[in-house]
Amino acid sequence: MTPDLSVSIGTISLERPAMLASGILGISLDVFGRIYRAGAGAVVSKSLSKEPWDGYPNPTIVGIKGGYLNAVGLSNPGAANFAKMISKNKEIPIIVSLVGSIEDEFEFMVRQFENVKVTAYELNLSCPHVEKVGLEVGDDPKLVTKIVSRVKSTTKSPVIAKVGLGTTDYLDTVKAAIDGGADAITAINTIRAMGIDVETQRPLLSHKIGGLSGSAIKPVAVRCVYEISSKYNVPVIGCGGVSSWEDAVEFILAGASAIQVGSAIGDKWIDVFSEINDGIADYMKKKGFSKIGEMVGLAKRF
Amino acid sequence: MQSVSKMSAIRTIEDVLDETPTVRTLVFSDAILSKVLPGQFAMVWIPGVNELPMSVMITEQSDKAAFTVRKRGESSTALYNLKAGQQIGVRGPYGNAFDIKAGRIALVGGGTGLVPLMRLAKFARPENDVTILIGSKSKDEVFFEDLANRILVKNKHKVVIATEDGSYGQKGFVTDVLENLLQTEKFDGIYTCGPEIMMHKVVRLANSRGIFVQASLERMMKCGIGICGSCCMDDVLVCHDGTVFDGKFLEASTEFGYTHRSKAGLLENY
Repeated sequence: MTPDLSVSIGTISLERPAMLASGILGISLDVFGRIYRAGAGAVVSKSLSKEPWDGYPNPTIVGIKGGYLNAVGLSNPGAANFAKMISKNKEIPIIVSLVGSIEDEFEFMVRQFENVKVTAYELNLSCPHVEKVGLEVGDDPKLVTKIVSRVKSTTKSPVIAKVGLGTTDYLDTVKAAIDGGADAITAINTIRAMGIDVETQRPLLSHKIGGLSGSAIKPVAVRCVYEISSKYNVPVIGCGGVSSWEDAVEFILAGASAIQVGSAIGDKWIDVFSEINDGIADYMKKKGFSKIGEMVGLAKRF
Repeated sequence: MQSVSKMSAIRTIEDVLDETPTVRTLVFSDAILSKVLPGQFAMVWIPGVNELPMSVMITEQSDKAAFTVRKRGESSTALYNLKAGQQIGVRGPYGNAFDIKAGRIALVGGGTGLVPLMRLAKFARPENDVTILIGSKSKDEVFFEDLANRILVKNKHKVVIATEDGSYGQKGFVTDVLENLLQTEKFDGIYTCGPEIMMHKVVRLANSRGIFVQASLERMMKCGIGICGSCCMDDVLVCHDGTVFDGKFLEASTEFGYTHRSKAGLLENY
């Protein structure tokens, strides 16, 4: 029997378990289509703000041992323009990522998508390198509850909170998002980090401090997925250093209902999605699973 | 190799050549970049300023690579102003390469778009008959004419100059000169790099005559390695899937020759 690769993340149903993570390749419907046809279960857009943002000057993304440092600065065309760009979407499961400082901004942005096919919203409460948004919001649990609850009351679409590691215990941020009505949690974002070139003695990124992604953060992300899904009854999407089917299975065993892939695209291009799908299918055959849901959190029985 | 190429290597500028009053070539030692394929590019870090995608220029010395830059905006001017002894970071090479057809080929370049075409000329097979069309605003902005003749000394070749003000070579746009040439001469392949409007014209001229054509595109580019999405055009990433594209794909594109994206990712008309 061919294993069933579909997944359920609360009320969100996807045909395949691996999504494109936010921030990667995410500004054009044509590119989204290509990624979906390459085997992604869904694509998450770049985080959209109320107004268009240019982001920081280059260097914004640099390769390092074990992954990448980035401080792109949330460059994006703005929620209203992006809603127009994807208005013709029919078949692609698009999760719209939003970033802002206060609940009014989030409500405004969600309203731009009223006539657009959106599978879910993912609230970026965790970008580690832009002031007043992202992680600075995530570090304020009361604000998190207000924002999530406002978005929930603005749309019927599922709402996912993406958390990261800031100065507040991230489990408190998760709790605040659940209190606001979040349907699922994505964990984690990049981890605040920097690198310095020893020859020129300069920071590698123009913004100096950015976020670390890739294999280097995977064990941290697996730990967070495990802790969140152990402590709370909420679906978790695992994100952070997934670059192979083994990584994807590891996150699922830790408690993830689905996973997101970002940095690995820099090494394997979007072929990484079919590699993950095929690898998971083979693993399920070998281990006797018929649905991915049967594997979620299995590491917790030990 | 690929994981190494994602990190910048620091290189010291060894020589600075004035090509025109606004264009310079910066030469440095780099065994890998000196051998890249025609069309491939590197990301060039100007410390403290920016990091830019640059086509890798050939040199006439082994194991040396170069970048040819026109001073225009803040970042390109900063690169232009670097002196021998100063440092840059380079990572790459990235991107695909021109598919050099046998027989008669024409290279159509405008400004610093000539850079990948000079490398193409260097990679031409001895039996290739090469016509290089160099477009420029005026005589004092013409460059690479002598270099083109030196590179192609063993090939049957011709270098044609077009200046918009007629101060040197033929008067007019390089695309007009190409159009005239195509009335009497046959080519097996046409290769172009330069301003997108120029390349769009070249592509249509070639496509309408059934001539194989490729263009090397420049788009807003940040990461250079297919992650950030800044350089998307239709369903391709110029950095990852290009920068060289076939004429058939380009003519079907709804964006090539019409729109480009801003830093924020907004489509803007040319």
